[in-house]
Amino acid sequence: MQRNKFQWTNIAFQLGAVALALGFTTLVLILADAPPLEAYKNLFVGSFGSIKKFTDVLVAWAPLMLATTGLLVTFTAGLWNIGIEGQITLGAIFTTGVLRVLQDSSAPPTLILTLAILSGMVGGALWAALVGALKTFGGVNEIFGGLGMNFVATALTLWLIFGPWKRPGIGSMSGTEPFPEALWLPQITSLRLSIWSVVIAVAALICIYILLKGTYFGLRLKAVGRNMRSSFILGIPTWQYMMASFLVCGALAGLAGAIQVTAVYHRLIPSISSGYGFLGLLVAMLVNFQALWTLPVALFFAALNIGSIQLPIVLKLDSSLSGVLQGALVLSVIIMEGVRQRFLKAARERS
Amino acid sequence: MNVELIGIRKTFGPVTANDNIHLRILSGTIQGILGENGAGKSTLMKVLSGFIQADQGLILLDGKEVKIHSPADAIHYGVGMLHQDPLDFPPMKVIENFIAGSPGKIIPNAKEVIARFNELQRQFDFTLDPQAHVDRLTVGERQQLEILRLLWLGAQVLILDEPTTGISALQKLKLFETLRKLAAQGKTIIFVSHKLEDVEQLCHRVAVLRRGQLVGEATPPYRIDELVQMMFGKVVSFGGRESYKPGEMALELKDVSIEDYRMRIGPVSLQARKREVIGLAGMEGSGQLLFLRACTGLIRPTAGRMLVNGKDLTGKGYHTFLKNGVVYMPASRMEEGLVPGCSLMEHFVLARDQGGFFVDWEGAQKIAQEQIAGYNIHGRPDSTVESLSGGNQQRTLLALMRTPASLILMEHPTRGLDIESTLYIWSLLKERCSNQGSAILFISSDLDEILQYSDRILVFFAGRVSPPLDAASTTVDQLGQLIGGRGWDAF
Ligand SMILES: Nc1ncnc2c1ncn2[C@@H]1O[C@H](COP(=O)(O)OP(=O)(O)OP(=O)(O)O)[C@@H](O)[C@H]1O
Ligand SMILES: [Mg+2]
Repeated sequence: MQRNKFQWTNIAFQLGAVALALGFTTLVLILADAPPLEAYKNLFVGSFGSIKKFTDVLVAWAPLMLATTGLLVTFTAGLWNIGIEGQITLGAIFTTGVLRVLQDSSAPPTLILTLAILSGMVGGALWAALVGALKTFGGVNEIFGGLGMNFVATALTLWLIFGPWKRPGIGSMSGTEPFPEALWLPQITSLRLSIWSVVIAVAALICIYILLKGTYFGLRLKAVGRNMRSSFILGIPTWQYMMASFLVCGALAGLAGAIQVTAVYHRLIPSISSGYGFLGLLVAMLVNFQALWTLPVALFFAALNIGSIQLPIVLKLDSSLSGVLQGALVLSVIIMEGVRQRFLKAARERS
Repeated sequence: MNVELIGIRKTFGPVTANDNIHLRILSGTIQGILGENGAGKSTLMKVLSGFIQADQGLILLDGKEVKIHSPADAIHYGVGMLHQDPLDFPPMKVIENFIAGSPGKIIPNAKEVIARFNELQRQFDFTLDPQAHVDRLTVGERQQLEILRLLWLGAQVLILDEPTTGISALQKLKLFETLRKLAAQGKTIIFVSHKLEDVEQLCHRVAVLRRGQLVGEATPPYRIDELVQMMFGKVVSFGGRESYKPGEMALELKDVSIEDYRMRIGPVSLQARKREVIGLAGMEGSGQLLFLRACTGLIRPTAGRMLVNGKDLTGKGYHTFLKNGVVYMPASRMEEGLVPGCSLMEHFVLARDQGGFFVDWEGAQKIAQEQIAGYNIHGRPDSTVESLSGGNQQRTLLALMRTPASLILMEHPTRGLDIESTLYIWSLLKERCSNQGSAILFISSDLDEILQYSDRILVFFAGRVSPPLDAASTTVDQLGQLIGGRGWDAF
């Protein structure tokens, strides 16, 4: 009974947070002289208006999910893996590299694709390992290390696109030469979606959920995240566990990059990560360690991204509106959480 | 200031920590609060000092009802509290800590404040250096600083939650003197403790709590057995000394030297045998902690060799020592022992070296229940460690020590435990000694505990280590002299 009551207040507060975010975004829209209702309608129609649009949302959702599930692991270990953008990028670079080397060989396409995706995971993990090593052996905070590695990853991508991997003739911002269709993850006819990317994303979520909830690894990681010193005294090899969390997150980020190459762009482009790393940080913060919630929340964020694409065309509004709404949502959830804590405290005192 | 608590009630979920408590404390009194672990002492004090709010009840100060919503409110009304577990001290200077939190000017005049600080500390014969860093102070010195700070903020009522557990005998004497002076000035002192002899020496009145209820009050001359009976609801009998049958070598130190930025110890040689208990005595900061930590592998010795069960572990790390059966129990429970946010059950899983990949949560639940019963922890498998009372956190630490252990190293093993639990825990430890053949090395600031439970004693003074003394033929006086630095020429 008591528990029920608290659950209801929790839901009320979550709804309150959404309302607050909507209110704030509406205010921004009014200030920008745009009709708010029209804008929201367009967001909705642009993301769920048709099967095609919805599958586009799923195309964005899969890599976002992969990044977020990875971040759940580093969050559990108490680490801010800002370097995830670079890890996605490196995943994409490794995948592209393997595809380029093997595309003219006689190996079966399935084998080539599998190898390419696996090496994408290795690439992401490697980039994350560097951040982890900087932290554990060099004493560089993972936030600064990660930011630095992000810059390096971006520079590396541009160099590859305009240098060794440039299109025949001249390099361009549109990326490297696209791969033949045989080396794409199979897509649903006439849609951009590959069912494989959805399957991989869901499988990753399930694995991470089990890893964090049901294994010694997950429990030890949680302990390290909550109190490193005590964990060490309890016998947990703390730096190895932090390193492992970087590796897992990096591998998942690399997988996201591999999906971007094999299922979405079919080539390496300059902004191959599409900002899903940073967006994933928002989602991970929002779900607050509850792995299963990433599924709907990431879907919602992906929908906002896709829905906002047509805003400039229809309403002459910038598509960054989705970013405003996403940011406002995270902020208001954090604010509402603070209010909720106070409210619960007051309620306990009254009862 | 007269303090009156009327019908205070506080529950935490199913636990009633304070149940309709009425208590009146007159200005100028030193009021003792006694009670077993988890009796509700800290809770009652936190209610009075604004850290938590009571569900029901009134607080009257000098006859006027006040609503205390926060520690800041409390100090505004003149109520200040020293906590059982010293809260985090940021890396500040003494004088900065002293100024921090005081109302008034934004930029205080440093010279003036230092002069006032020194004037204040002179009243009590404290000798704190205003420019020293707080994290380098001993627990006793931090306590002195905290008292000064609260007085400076205008505290008329001073609450001390188990202030004598972490400090040296000398610092204790000074503390008592200070409290008596403050009471003579008309301040109200509330003194929470488990130590009957402290209460007996110091307090003008005593109130006893049991399971959240006020079960009685007493005035001097106190009858100890009566107080014990009130605290536990039964008679507790004290055990005598037992002799031990030493076994093989558990720990051997050969000319070991240890160093840190403050001092240099050694070279020390020591042979600790199985089933032997060795007490490490000394004023806080005399080197015993450094020595103990070197035996755990947390600090590497600069010279000499260390053998555990005959195996040379010199220069190896803490985890290697742990694998070789060396278990360690630190003093700062929340910083180095327990993981806030994790439940009791999760702790028991973490502390066990089980194989496999998946956690068997059902098995873990069972283990947790066994340990909770075995160590008499007041809590459920899913209670988070921060929701336990201080004494119960201590029992949890003890329950977390791995078995079997060949060497058990402990800092203040019974700090914060009531008498009954202390007896009980030591009986468990002694049992480990005789059944599993563990050797125990422990630090304690309680000389009686050292004499009572050790077979041999090492005394530390400013980095010097005495040869092992036979506990049976050593007296409290001798020990006190050595700790104070007298009588070392004999060695
Ligand atoms: N924040 C909390 N959440 C849940 N339970 C709590 C909390 N604080 C205290 N309790 C419970 O209330 C009871 C009284 O705790 P309290 O800390 O007042 O005991 P105590 O008398 O100070 O004991 P000790 O001597 O061990 O410090 C205990 O059963 C404890 O587990
Ligand atoms: Mg207490």
